[in-house]
Amino acid sequence: MPASFVPPSPQELFRFAPEMLMTVIATLIMVMEPLSAPEGKRKFAVITFLTLVAGIVLTLMGASDPGTAFSKMLVLDGFAEFFRILVMVVGLLIVLISTNYLKLEQHESGEYYALILFSIIGQCLMVSANELIMLFIGLECSSIASYVLAGYLRDDKRNNESALKYFLLGSFATAFLLYGVAWIYGLTGTTNLSAIRATLLDPTNHPNLVMLGAATALLFVGLAFKVSAAPFQMWAPDVYQGAPAPVTAFMSVGPKAAAFAMFLRILMTAFEPLKDRWEPILWTSALVTMLIGNFAALRQANIKRLLAYSSIAHAGYVMVALTTHSEIGTAAAMFYLASYAFMNIGAFAVVTYLARRGEKHVATQDLAGLSQTQPLVAAMLTIFLLSLTGIPLTAGFFGKFYIFKAALDANLVWLAVLGMLNSAVAAYYYLRIIVVMYMEPPAESAEELLAPTAGIRVAIFCTAIVTLFLGIFPSIILDFAGKSAALIR
Amino acid sequence: MPELPIALPAHVPLSWYLILSVILFVVGAAGFLLRRNIITVFMCIELMLNAVNLTFIAFSHQLKQVDGHIYSFFVMVVAAAEAAVGLAIILTVFKNRSTLEVDEVSSMKL
Repeated sequence: MPASFVPPSPQELFRFAPEMLMTVIATLIMVMEPLSAPEGKRKFAVITFLTLVAGIVLTLMGASDPGTAFSKMLVLDGFAEFFRILVMVVGLLIVLISTNYLKLEQHESGEYYALILFSIIGQCLMVSANELIMLFIGLECSSIASYVLAGYLRDDKRNNESALKYFLLGSFATAFLLYGVAWIYGLTGTTNLSAIRATLLDPTNHPNLVMLGAATALLFVGLAFKVSAAPFQMWAPDVYQGAPAPVTAFMSVGPKAAAFAMFLRILMTAFEPLKDRWEPILWTSALVTMLIGNFAALRQANIKRLLAYSSIAHAGYVMVALTTHSEIGTAAAMFYLASYAFMNIGAFAVVTYLARRGEKHVATQDLAGLSQTQPLVAAMLTIFLLSLTGIPLTAGFFGKFYIFKAALDANLVWLAVLGMLNSAVAAYYYLRIIVVMYMEPPAESAEELLAPTAGIRVAIFCTAIVTLFLGIFPSIILDFAGKSAALIR
Repeated sequence: MPELPIALPAHVPLSWYLILSVILFVVGAAGFLLRRNIITVFMCIELMLNAVNLTFIAFSHQLKQVDGHIYSFFVMVVAAAEAAVGLAIILTVFKNRSTLEVDEVSSMKL
């Protein structure tokens, strides 16, 4: 190993300026937190919001100069940019819906926002990792912050349970992922994704395919857990139900999109030569994930749990896109993850608003008569639910359309057909919520529902507008996704 | 340079280390699934991470690279961070429920 140390060039540093900025600000927030008065906690939300906006601006500025950084450990390409902006926008929306929730629960503090930032830093590293160890560091950075966020209200028993389950099962899955990384390192002599690909393609080199298969299976366990794909989805309902509603919104979108991004990158670069071996595993996993998510959601009375199962089902649709192993499939997955982020955060913003203090109102039945008490909120929730179902003129429709089209192009006819049948099942539980909102009278004993606060209102309006906009002009994101689906190898 | 009189680890074949790491990993995974005390479950995860470290170092020695050694430091740092967060979560659970049995903590229906 040469001992010469090459300091990173200014371009390399600039490519990762958003991460550095967020790290500095998040650390400063942790330092400032104990020094600030209990009434002055709101400023941390503002600081976090501005940091994320600055991060997005820096990412857009860096977009003109793609390339690798830090001895090829990180790579900034269109794909990484896309997901980086996505997770930061998710962060912005989460900050908007969190402020009032934390105030109601009397748990306003700086560390909540610092943890959100740390988690986003981890996700940014995950999507731009060009190396398995970097990927692990990003994943853990994102996960460890989410473990704490899941148990944020530490006197609440549901939060405790959620955090404990997330932590134990999450670390268990990470151990599998890491063991897979260790074996891949041993068998190929490298952890760099493009070098692994080169080793696998090299005919003079005979990697032990049985051992390599076992190693990639371990890797699959870890990745499938993080995206909550079958058969490793069982943690999601409990964790999503128990965690604070804004945190659930965050976990179901941000870390999931980042985990799918790294799944895509690994499949499309390092293990592309083995794609025939991956396909049956992904095929089965995609189908089982869709089936479990949709059929289990049919029986749920708690709306957070219902959305948790729905999130498993949506992971199944993205797995269909992964199975295609094509650039169209990658672009479809990117579009789907972006549109899912908006519609799901919108739905969770409404749930956060309706849950009220102590999250007492999270049953589907609590939505009865919402169209009379808060007609606008009911209309917005209808948009989100229709989009999650996949009705035309919403983002969800084009998301599903492109995924199934990619599946048909890749000759996965049966998977596409079964996926579409699954969406029909899904319509039942989404439309049932709309029926409860519009057809049933409000309960007599219902606690009075105050008008939504500014943060929630902005978040709901923005997500609803984006959901409709992507449903009418999908090409804006899709073109960008299509262009960036070609990864730097 | 004179030969060192003690047997260096190089005299032990690579496969022995790997077999040991597999045994450690399987013991950890089995313990995670079978044990009911949260602290024990958590220790089983640490055991699995140690199996990973052993694998990294054994391969690194075999490949005559220093990368694997560095990776094992990364793993240790992350394991320490995970332990800090994990023990804090376990403490809050114990404070609220006065139990460390996995089954008694589960209240949400599956």
